[in-house]
Amino acid sequence: METLLYIALFAPLVSSMFSALFTTTPKKTFVGVIASLLIFTSFVSSSLLLALIVVNGSAPVHVEMMTWMATGDLYIPFGFIVDEVSVTMMMVVTLVSTIVHIYSIGYMDHDKGFNRFFAWLSAFVFSMMVLVMSDNYAGLFIGWEGVGLCSWGLIGFWFHKESATWAANEAFIMNRIADLGMLIGIFLVYWNTGTLQYEGAFEAFQTLDTATLTWIGIFLFIGAMGKSAQFPLHTWLADAMEGPTPVSALIHAATMVTAGVYLVIRSNELYSLIPNVGLFIASLGAFVALFAASMALVNRDMKRIIAYSTLSQLGYMFAAAGLGAYWVALFHLMAHAFFKALLFLGAGNVMHAMHDELDPFKMGGLKKVMKWTWIMMTIASLALAGIFPFAGFFSKDTILEAAFAEHHFVIYGVLLFTAGLTAFYSFRLVALIFHGEERYKIFGIHPHEAYRFMLVAMSPLLILAMIAGVLQEPFFHMIEEILSAHEYHIHSHTTLWIMLVGTQVFVALAILYAYKKYANAFIKVPDGTSAIENSFAYKLLYNQYYIPYFYEEYLVKPYKEISDMFWNKVDMKIVDASVDGIAGIIYGTGEKTRAMQSGNLSTMLKWMVVGLVVLLSLAVVFGLAARYSDSITVILSGLGVM
Amino acid sequence: MEIGLNHYLVLSTILFAIGLVGVMKRKNLLLLFFATEILLNSVNIAFAAISHYYGDLTGQMFAFFVIAIAASEVAVGLGLLIVWYKRHGNIDLETMTSMRG
Amino acid sequence: MFEAVAFYLFAFLTIAMFFITVTTSQALYALTALAAGMIFISAFFFILGADFLGAIQIIVYTGAVMALYAFGMMFFDTTREVKEKKGNKYIIVGLSTLAAVLIVVIFAAPMVSENIVALYPVIEGVGNTQLVGVILFTKYLIPFEVAAIMLLVAMVAGIVLAGKKMDLSLTLMSAEEIEEIKKEKNKKVLS
Repeated sequence: METLLYIALFAPLVSSMFSALFTTTPKKTFVGVIASLLIFTSFVSSSLLLALIVVNGSAPVHVEMMTWMATGDLYIPFGFIVDEVSVTMMMVVTLVSTIVHIYSIGYMDHDKGFNRFFAWLSAFVFSMMVLVMSDNYAGLFIGWEGVGLCSWGLIGFWFHKESATWAANEAFIMNRIADLGMLIGIFLVYWNTGTLQYEGAFEAFQTLDTATLTWIGIFLFIGAMGKSAQFPLHTWLADAMEGPTPVSALIHAATMVTAGVYLVIRSNELYSLIPNVGLFIASLGAFVALFAASMALVNRDMKRIIAYSTLSQLGYMFAAAGLGAYWVALFHLMAHAFFKALLFLGAGNVMHAMHDELDPFKMGGLKKVMKWTWIMMTIASLALAGIFPFAGFFSKDTILEAAFAEHHFVIYGVLLFTAGLTAFYSFRLVALIFHGEERYKIFGIHPHEAYRFMLVAMSPLLILAMIAGVLQEPFFHMIEEILSAHEYHIHSHTTLWIMLVGTQVFVALAILYAYKKYANAFIKVPDGTSAIENSFAYKLLYNQYYIPYFYEEYLVKPYKEISDMFWNKVDMKIVDASVDGIAGIIYGTGEKTRAMQSGNLSTMLKWMVVGLVVLLSLAVVFGLAARYSDSITVILSGLGVM
Repeated sequence: MEIGLNHYLVLSTILFAIGLVGVMKRKNLLLLFFATEILLNSVNIAFAAISHYYGDLTGQMFAFFVIAIAASEVAVGLGLLIVWYKRHGNIDLETMTSMRG
Repeated sequence: MFEAVAFYLFAFLTIAMFFITVTTSQALYALTALAAGMIFISAFFFILGADFLGAIQIIVYTGAVMALYAFGMMFFDTTREVKEKKGNKYIIVGLSTLAAVLIVVIFAAPMVSENIVALYPVIEGVGNTQLVGVILFTKYLIPFEVAAIMLLVAMVAGIVLAGKKMDLSLTLMSAEEIEEIKKEKNKKVLS
């Protein structure tokens, strides 16, 4: 078991280091192949671990690789744990990573940084594995920062593009802001419980007072907010779409952004003790779900639309986790990873075909040339919208049920409404890309279907997006071992049926409306003249509620001004000046005293005598001081010096 | 009037000062050597006086060794001086500025 | 009383001789004054009862060192007036005086109240020379031998340095001859 654990953990590291050897050499396909194989090894190991835990029902694997820090009372080992929660995450991470690795061999085909891409991507997988497998908060933080770093490297992968580097830095800085909160949370945990191990800390939480727990919960959640791009730290996720599309699929849809949800699920014993914070998390989640969905309604960038939908789904997950339905959140995380990765990879195919064109209004009618991509994206969108019997139906409807059963009807209402919006914007995208007139022709683009092996690589995701719903029952039975799970049952069957059917009808209507509106032949590339484009609501949504503008104007610019001021005034005039001054004094002294070194023996002798005189004077002064030290002390004390 | 140790020490100091003046003032290397002889001798007086007044022969021994050192210094110094003179035709300190900074 | 008279007399003479040594512009005067000063210094040694040291002073300094200087001076142009150095003499004199005063202060300060005047005979009934001999060949045997070796080395060095090419006189040779010698020297180095 331990061997499997280590293989699952370190195969991505080996892959990363192997690929890193070739970063400066031209494209070598075998690098991608070997990286994919190693990640696949990791996936196989994770599956075996899952099988061992689920089928054999064996206890969680808990290993301590070595001591990391042991000073005084602080003891942090490199410990790893594989229990029901982390094995689920491992499965999601390794499965999606494997697919994305294989897909990237095709997608990055013509890229100069092919080898470098795999080094970063595998490093990301390793960091993510550390994050989910660690048995303490410190190890989790290491993985947390590792994925942050790899995310930075991958968003800014095309570093020659200014927008990409800008987005990478934005993501990195926003995450650092949140990480400060997380770090404070971890410090609080250590301060109050004396340990960072999950087991010990959770035990100690039971005896702490609510105020302390609330602070811990809030600060840890700030970290989760940053990583999962919750309001108000959400702007980086949409900008992160500057990275290559496989990166968006893996990092900014399936795995890294869900780390925040994972943190909340992992700390469920903490959050169950503080339901007020839980409610806040749920409310924020519901708000973000609606907020992000509304922005996706009007956006004209294919990847950004999907990014906003990711944001919205993360809101769902937080809503579920905040309400205490941790297993539902985890299940939605899993299902979402499958269909969202599929959606992104499909978008990647479209982008490839359209020569990196991102505006869906300039596409249209692509279903003829890209049949398989069309099928995949449609099914992924159906799953996203929560249509029976696809994956999203089971996970998302359970969240709605949970909200309803917990009597949080406002959250329920918001989430239900958002489900309609989700369906609308998803199929707006599908309709614009694949149906209607072939608008791309006027831009002289000749689309083509992606490589076959890319499509084959995507097929597991397609299957999972279709059938993941059947996993709900086994998943529930597995997870109830560790998460205080209970199934949410609406008391009356009539209510349940009304809810289910009502939701389905509502969503289906939204889909039909989207098709009707966007799949017809009259869609033109918007030119900013139509009435709706000039309406206030459209502008508000299109500009993302002016939040990036607000950040730019009221945070970034003043900060830059203050920095400029400090640079010009404090750094240049005080710090630099004093350092330069000291150097100048020494340099000047050297320049002046250079004349002493005339090489003339008698001058040197003269200076020697001067030194002798100085030393003699010192001897006299100190001798006198030593002799009359008593009276000197008396005089000085009389003057009030000593 | 009794002559004490201090008398000798003061005398030694005065001679030393004269030697210092010579060392700093002289430009001719040979005369510079004379001044160093004065320095050494002034110290010898102090050694002998201290030896006498403290009843310890160590001072005289030191003076003895100082004389030995002075003798060898003169031998080597004069040899060098002669070499220098052969090469440059003078023994002027002003010409020896190869260690100019 | 006799001691005091002798001390002051010889102190005056020594200071005068050495003063001449450092101020005169004639190298020969300086040499003669120095030799005289050396002899006067030996008088102090006799007063202080260091008979052996006094004898050594006369023999070594006045006899050997001064003779060496005298021979050395034959190489140099000593008839020429020694050029005085330009520059501020007051600095030199001031510095020396200051140093002297400071040393006097240091010497005098702790001893003002306990000026040592007593004359202890080192060992009753034993002469100074005998004592020096005993100590020199017991306690200071190794330094003595080292000093002997040092003198030997100095002698060899003196001979080697001064005696090289005694047959040539660069002062009397023409420039062409000197060039020739230099060339020969370079050839030797090369071969």
